[in-house]
Amino acid sequence: MSMVIREVAPYGEEAVDMTIDDGRIARIDPAGSAPAGEREIDASGLIVLPGLVDLHTHLREPGREDAETIESGTAAAALGGFTAVHAMANTQPVADTAGVVEQVWRRGQEAGYCDVHPVGAVTVGLAGERLAELGAMADSAARVRVFSDDGICVSDAVLMRRALEYVKAFDGVIAQHAQEPRLTEGAQMNEGELSGVLGLRGWPPVAEEAIIARDVLLAEHVGSRVHICHLSTRGSVDIIRWAKQRGIDVTAEVTPHHLILTEELATTYDPRYKVNPPLRTADDVAAVREGLADGTIDIVATDHAPHAHEDKDCEWGAGAFGMLGLQTALSVVIETMVETGRLSWREVADRMSTAPAIIGRVESQGRPLEVGEPANLVLVDPRARWHVNADALASRSRNTPFEGREMSGRVVATFLRGRPTVLEGRLA
Amino acid sequence: MIRHLLSAGDLDRDEAIAILDTAGELARATGRSVKKLPTLRGRTVVNLFYEDSTRTRISFEAAAKRLSADVITFSAKGSSVSKGESLKDTALTLEAMGADAVVVRHSASGAAHRLAMSGWTDCVVVNAGDGTHEHPTQALLDAYTLRHHLSDGAGDLQGRRVVIVGDILHSRVARSNVLLLETLGAEVTVVGPPTLLPVGVEGWPCSVSYDLDNALTGADAVMMLRVQNERMNAAYFPSAREYSRRYGLDRHRAELLAPDGIVLHPGPMNRGMEITAEVADGPRSVVVEQVTNGVHVRMAVLYRLMGALPELESEAGS
Ligand SMILES: [Zn+2]
Repeated sequence: MSMVIREVAPYGEEAVDMTIDDGRIARIDPAGSAPAGEREIDASGLIVLPGLVDLHTHLREPGREDAETIESGTAAAALGGFTAVHAMANTQPVADTAGVVEQVWRRGQEAGYCDVHPVGAVTVGLAGERLAELGAMADSAARVRVFSDDGICVSDAVLMRRALEYVKAFDGVIAQHAQEPRLTEGAQMNEGELSGVLGLRGWPPVAEEAIIARDVLLAEHVGSRVHICHLSTRGSVDIIRWAKQRGIDVTAEVTPHHLILTEELATTYDPRYKVNPPLRTADDVAAVREGLADGTIDIVATDHAPHAHEDKDCEWGAGAFGMLGLQTALSVVIETMVETGRLSWREVADRMSTAPAIIGRVESQGRPLEVGEPANLVLVDPRARWHVNADALASRSRNTPFEGREMSGRVVATFLRGRPTVLEGRLA
Repeated sequence: MIRHLLSAGDLDRDEAIAILDTAGELARATGRSVKKLPTLRGRTVVNLFYEDSTRTRISFEAAAKRLSADVITFSAKGSSVSKGESLKDTALTLEAMGADAVVVRHSASGAAHRLAMSGWTDCVVVNAGDGTHEHPTQALLDAYTLRHHLSDGAGDLQGRRVVIVGDILHSRVARSNVLLLETLGAEVTVVGPPTLLPVGVEGWPCSVSYDLDNALTGADAVMMLRVQNERMNAAYFPSAREYSRRYGLDRHRAELLAPDGIVLHPGPMNRGMEITAEVADGPRSVVVEQVTNGVHVRMAVLYRLMGALPELESEAGS
C-alpha cells in the first residue's frame, strides 16, 4: 500500500511530499506535487526525521515484567519516535548467552512496535569475573554487536582489555558503564557541597572519569573501539574530547535527564530523581550540552529504566536507581538543544538516529531520508506542547522525573519499515 | 510557625529562640518534680524508631508524657517496624491509628522529610535523627545548654565561639548544630581529619580547621563527636591511638578553652577515644545537663508544633 506524507519538512528544511511504498521511501516530490497515494497524511508543519535509535534501553523482560515488558517498552519507544532500541543485558536471567539474546530478539519481533537489538553481557552473570560467550551471541539470530555489563562497571582492567580485544573479531563494541566501584560504595547522589548538606553518600565525578580515562587508553593500546554509556560530568567530556583528538576510536552517549536535570532535585529526597550516574551540577549540564553540540558526545541514549512503584515510593536510600526516558527523550533534546540553537534538526537526526545506528552496527536504521531507503521515520510537531502524565505513558512503570512538566515538541507519527506504529500521537 | 521539625535549618532566629524560651519556661514549670502538664491530653504522639537509640527514645517519651500525651512507641526491636515493613506502610498505619505527631528516627537520610512531604500521613513530623543528615532536637538541646552557660539563659549566642570536633562527615549532630548555631549568631569551627570532613564543607556557614589546638584556644565551648571504630577499618584514619592524639580531648587541650569554656558531647561517649574520662567527668563537662535539657527542649518542640502555644502562660504560672 502506498502512502503519501504531504508537505512534510525533512530535517526541518524545505517541505516535500514523501511517498512510502513497500516499506521504503518510494519517491520524494516537491510539496503538493506527488501523485495521490492509497493513503494520504497531511503533514504540513511537521518535520520528518529518520526513526530514532536508542542504544541504551532497559526493557526488564525477562525477569521483571511487573516493571516493563518488551511489548510495553517498545510501545513507549514507538510513541517516543524510536524505530529501534537496544535492550540492556541486566535482565533475569542475564542476557549472557545466545539463548537469552535470541529470546529477547524474538519477543521483540513479535511485539513489533520497534526493532529490539539485544545487548549482550560482557561477563557471565554480570559478575565481572569471566567473559560471557560473546562470539556465540554475535553469531546468534540476534546478531549482537553491543556488549555491556551496564548497571555494573567492568572494573577489572585485564577483563576490560580482553573484552575490547575479543569483540574486534566480529566488529563488536564494549559499552562501558563507567563507575569505579570502590569510590562509589553506597553512593546516593553526586558528591559535592549538596551531598554533604543532605547527608547522602557521594558519587564523585572522579569515579566516572577515572574509568573513562583508563578505558580510552586501553582502547588505544589494543586498537579497539569503546563506547561510554551515560557520561555525566564536565571532566568526562574533556577526556573524551582529548581522546578523540588523539585519534582514539571512542564514542559516548548522554542521557536526556543529564541534559536537563540537576542534583538540586535530591533536596526533595524523592527517589524519582535517583539515578545512576546521579544528576550532576548545572555546570556539568552545560558541559554535556556543549559536548553534544560539538560532537564530542556522539549520541543521546535514554537509559530508560522502569521501576515498579514500590521501588520508588519510599525513602531515598531504599529507592531504586533509574528513570523512564523513551517518551520524553526527543522533547528534552528539542528543549535543551534545538530551541537553544545548539543543534540543527539534521544534527538531531545524527545524534539520535544515524550515529547510534552506526555504533550499534544496525544497517537498516539511521539511514538518510532518500529514495530507496527503508521507511523508518518519525514525524514531529516542533511547536506542540504537552504535559507529562505518568499514568498516560505506555510504560508499565511511572517513574518519570518529568511528571506535570510542559514538554517541547511532540511525536505525531512513527513508521517502522513503512508501517505506522504511531499515528496522531497514539499507537496505530 | 513551622509545621514539622525536619532540619535545624527550618528554624529562623526568632523561632529558635522561642523554642529555647519555651523550654526554659517548661523546665521551671515542671521543675525537678517531674510534674505533668495537661497540655497535650487526648493527643497521641508516636515514637517511630527504626534505629535503636535508647537515650533519644526515652527522652522523647518522657517529653510527651510530661505533656500528658498518649505515647505509643514502635521500635526496631519490637515487631511492628522490623525488617520488611516499609516506612510508607508504617506511616499508613499511624494515620489509621489517629496519631497527631510522629517522632521518627531512621537510618536513611531524608526519611523524616519524606514522611512529612510524601502525602502518606498528615501527622506533625519531628526528626529524631535521619541517617547522616540531621538531628535538630539535639542541636536545640545543645543550644539550650550553651545559652544557659554562655548567655545567661536568654537571647541568642551572638559572638560565642563553638568548636565541633570529630567525624563531621557522618554526623547528623554536626550538621544540625552548624545550622542552628549560625542562626543564633555563634561562630562555629568544625575540626577533624580531612577524611572525615565532607566534600564542599568550605561552603558551610562555619570555619574549617584540621588543627584542634589552634581552634580550641580561647573558644567558649567544644562539642566532641563520637567516632566509631568502623571508620578506622574503612581507612578514614590509621589507628585509634593516632586519632586520640590528634583529635581527642584531654585535660591539657581542655585548658586551652576560655576560662569558663565548657565541654559537650551528644553521647554515647567513647571514653579514651575522642575524650578522656578525666575531661568527660571533669568540671567543664556539661554532658549530664545535656540529657536533662533534652527532655525540656523536646517538650517545647512538641508543645509548639502540636499547637499548644496559647495555654503556656497560665500553665507555666500555675
Ligand atoms: Zn548504566
